[in-house]
Amino acid sequence: MKTVRAAVSRISGMFARDRRDSELQAELESHVQMHVDDYLRSGMSPQEARRQALLKLGSVEKVTEAYREQRGLPFLETLAQDLRFAFRSMRKNAGFTCIALLTLALGIGANTALFSVVNGVLLNPLPYPDSEHLAILFSQSKNFEQGQSVSYPNYLDWERQNKSFTWMAAFRDDDWNQTGQSEAERLHGYMVSSGFFSTLGVVPVIGRTILPDEDRIGGAPVVMIGQGLWQRKFGSSPNILRKTMILNGVGYTIVGVVPASFHLYSGDNTEIYVPIGQWNDPTFLNRRVGMGMRVLARLKPGVGLEQARSDMDGIARNLAAAYPESNSGSGVSVMRLKDDMVRGIGSTLFVLLGAVGFVLLIACTNVANLLLARSTGRTREFAVRSALGASQSRLVRQLLTESALLGLIGGGIGLIIAAEGTKPLIAALPHALPRSREIGVDSRVLLFTFSVSIAAGILFGLVPAFKAWRTNLQESLKEGGRGSSGTRHRAQNAFVILEMAVALVLLVGSGLMIRSLVRLLGVNPGFDAHNVLTFNVTMPPAFMSDAQHIRTALRQVRDAVRNTAGVQAASLIAGSLPMNGDSELPFWLQGQPKPANDSEMNWALFYLAEPGYRQAMGTPLLRGRFITDADTEKSTPVVVIDEFLANKFFPNGDAIGKRLNLGILELQPEIVGIVGHVKHWGLDTDSQNKIQAQVYFPLVQVPDKFLPLLTSGVGVVLRSRNEPMSLLPSIRHSISQINSEHVIYGSQTLEEIVSDSLADRRFAMVLLGVFAGLALLLSSIGIYGVISYLVGQRIQEIGTRMALGAQRRDVMQLILGRGVLLAAIGVCVGALLAVALTRQMRSMIYGVSAADPVTFLGVSLLLMLVAVAACYVPARRAMRVDPMMALRYE
Amino acid sequence: MGEKEVRQGTLALMVLKTLESMGTLHGYGIARRIEQISGDLLSVNYGTLYPALLKLEQEGYIASEWGVSENNRRAKYYRLTRAGKKQVERETQDWHETTAILARFLAPEESQ
Repeated sequence: MKTVRAAVSRISGMFARDRRDSELQAELESHVQMHVDDYLRSGMSPQEARRQALLKLGSVEKVTEAYREQRGLPFLETLAQDLRFAFRSMRKNAGFTCIALLTLALGIGANTALFSVVNGVLLNPLPYPDSEHLAILFSQSKNFEQGQSVSYPNYLDWERQNKSFTWMAAFRDDDWNQTGQSEAERLHGYMVSSGFFSTLGVVPVIGRTILPDEDRIGGAPVVMIGQGLWQRKFGSSPNILRKTMILNGVGYTIVGVVPASFHLYSGDNTEIYVPIGQWNDPTFLNRRVGMGMRVLARLKPGVGLEQARSDMDGIARNLAAAYPESNSGSGVSVMRLKDDMVRGIGSTLFVLLGAVGFVLLIACTNVANLLLARSTGRTREFAVRSALGASQSRLVRQLLTESALLGLIGGGIGLIIAAEGTKPLIAALPHALPRSREIGVDSRVLLFTFSVSIAAGILFGLVPAFKAWRTNLQESLKEGGRGSSGTRHRAQNAFVILEMAVALVLLVGSGLMIRSLVRLLGVNPGFDAHNVLTFNVTMPPAFMSDAQHIRTALRQVRDAVRNTAGVQAASLIAGSLPMNGDSELPFWLQGQPKPANDSEMNWALFYLAEPGYRQAMGTPLLRGRFITDADTEKSTPVVVIDEFLANKFFPNGDAIGKRLNLGILELQPEIVGIVGHVKHWGLDTDSQNKIQAQVYFPLVQVPDKFLPLLTSGVGVVLRSRNEPMSLLPSIRHSISQINSEHVIYGSQTLEEIVSDSLADRRFAMVLLGVFAGLALLLSSIGIYGVISYLVGQRIQEIGTRMALGAQRRDVMQLILGRGVLLAAIGVCVGALLAVALTRQMRSMIYGVSAADPVTFLGVSLLLMLVAVAACYVPARRAMRVDPMMALRYE
Repeated sequence: MGEKEVRQGTLALMVLKTLESMGTLHGYGIARRIEQISGDLLSVNYGTLYPALLKLEQEGYIASEWGVSENNRRAKYYRLTRAGKKQVERETQDWHETTAILARFLAPEESQ
């Protein structure tokens, strides 16, 4: 009670100061008067009485000051005072303030931007309720260590038998042709099981989700649509429910709208959700085939990942016993959904976060240096203030208030830069980041920026504050006041060395990334990506009624493409496309015993191709022949293998003429040729994948029963004489000549595909490059500032030297030498630091050692050059010193 | 000079006690009274007296109002509140205990 009362009274004491001050003055005055009265009574003369009374009272100022401190909250009042003073002094030194603020804004802005990325991608939970309970399940076997898509029958058994999950759901990507409403359109979406949205905890905007009764063969065809599609096609009409939508020629009843905020792995373009259980394709229902299906699950409360894993392991063992051919040696991998989504990006982001922290360190050092230089001019100001009674802690507090204010304003500007700059940066580097939609400024980012700003302010403010603490009052008050210039020089030198060292670390980091990327771009992928275009075509169901129709339709498309002017070679493709999509088949050699189960089989990437494929892709033919027009659905099945398969299975070089047993397809094609190996899994990581063998099988020889799988979209790859994208309009035209409902989608040049496969590296390289550039800029400003300051301090000395006969060259050498020495020490320290730190980048670099001497030497030279250039400007000024002018000041 | 400054922390109690015995009094009167009671051994530092008065007022132990002195001078008069009366008792009690304890510490060795 007492403290509350006192607090209220003290806070109110902060206001109406003048009235309260005058009241105290009156009280003290009456005090003196009464005192004087007493003295008068005791017989003193009036003057003497007043003098004695005032002596007894002591300094009225001191009493007032003590009284004021008791009256209000001195901490807040001092703070307000310091802030007012800081603002005033910032306005007075506009140049200094601008440079300091800009430096800090860049440093803090870059940190905020990167932290908002780390926050959005790694730290924030996924945007689903209780998302930490969400898991993703894959099949796993020795050929597919990273996990492989799940076969539908296996999923059904998992769902039925598990005891660890409240919900389990299957989903796979697919595309649909929507017709019957304006122009035919290709829509991307998911086939999902009925529990899909319940597993994720997503509630439809209107309508309902898919019912279990609809999630089976023969169920009523229903569809859920995305909110985006609902707005775009149906004007967000609430009457949309129970309307029919034609997808791939079949009428689906719309039952619900999925909120726009919902997204899973793929980006924003998922607009269709249909029941997966209605798909009656025999290959999909084959336990041995995955068809790109993944499984989501929600852990029961209190069930951990380990418990779920052992539960699923048990189920996998049961299934292996029941279905040895497909399931022997096959397990289940269970991992958190979030971990799978952000797989592999964490280490890169943390390296980048470290790098951007270094940029801030340089920025802080620069500002500390500026403050230090400025504090020279303020030494006398502080000396005078402390002579007037300001305590040292009071002065330090004021200095820290000033620097914290600088930090906060700089941070505020930085926040704006980050908020405005992050989105375009992410948009410029697509495919590089998962969850990029969720990146933004939230309360955690704000808190981060605030803390960083304050911390930065205190960090760079400490040095001048420390100096103020140690300042010798007497020395400073003397004329000139050069008392502590020694310590200042030492501190400035140390700062420059630190800046140079840190800048070198960043330069080495970005240098290594650039060298890696150059190396990677120099890697031969096994094909020639220049002037190659790929896209997909879908055809209306009328063209797909039976195998014969499908073959005719495919041929029509191929011919239309092939006959378009400017096309050199073209082929329909299905199965795999390098760096874009993969499809694997088990195989064994003819004449050898069939392996007991799929896990014991050899696996190969398989490419369905046509004769034009080799020329279109530019894959070299090593032996025999490629697929030709003579290979038809009626002729002997043939296959072309890559050199890896040839070397591994036919080390005697006698592959041609032998036969392969292709599982699933149930064919024994004859090997007719060998082509070069293609780096299917990416330029950098191809060799890390277990599945290296590659087979090319003629598209026309695909057995009839598998042809319907091609109806959901067949690919085209073509080589053009000129820029391939420019051909697209005429190809579109040729294909629409066949039928107006043919849809072309997903067009990409092969060069884009190769480039996208390096997107995460490029992302890291660009960011590290930007940070290193910033570091270079800031540190060169830093060394420039220090050398300029040095020249200013030594101008009389230089003048004296020149008067005594020193040549301009000597002066130049003196100044430049100083800069070069500092930079060289910085570079050496930085090189040592870099050796220690670049080890963290090992997973990000390719084809160069983390201690690559070329990079180290190159960036050291660059840094030295920039440092010399930065020192050259003040050195020239020193050279031009007029000895007479300089001496006159002495 | 043989005068001592008032020990920290004891001034408040002296002020309260003075007001308890004298009723309403102004700042100068309080100071003079403390000095007289101490037999002029203590000297009240006005730099601490007025902040101390303010603190006691903020804590609600004393209240103040402007009045006119016997010599017809305008002065601010302080008086004890009810909370202040209780506080005097409490503080007095505390002080006695403290001095008793301290006395034992300071007492010659053999008397223990």
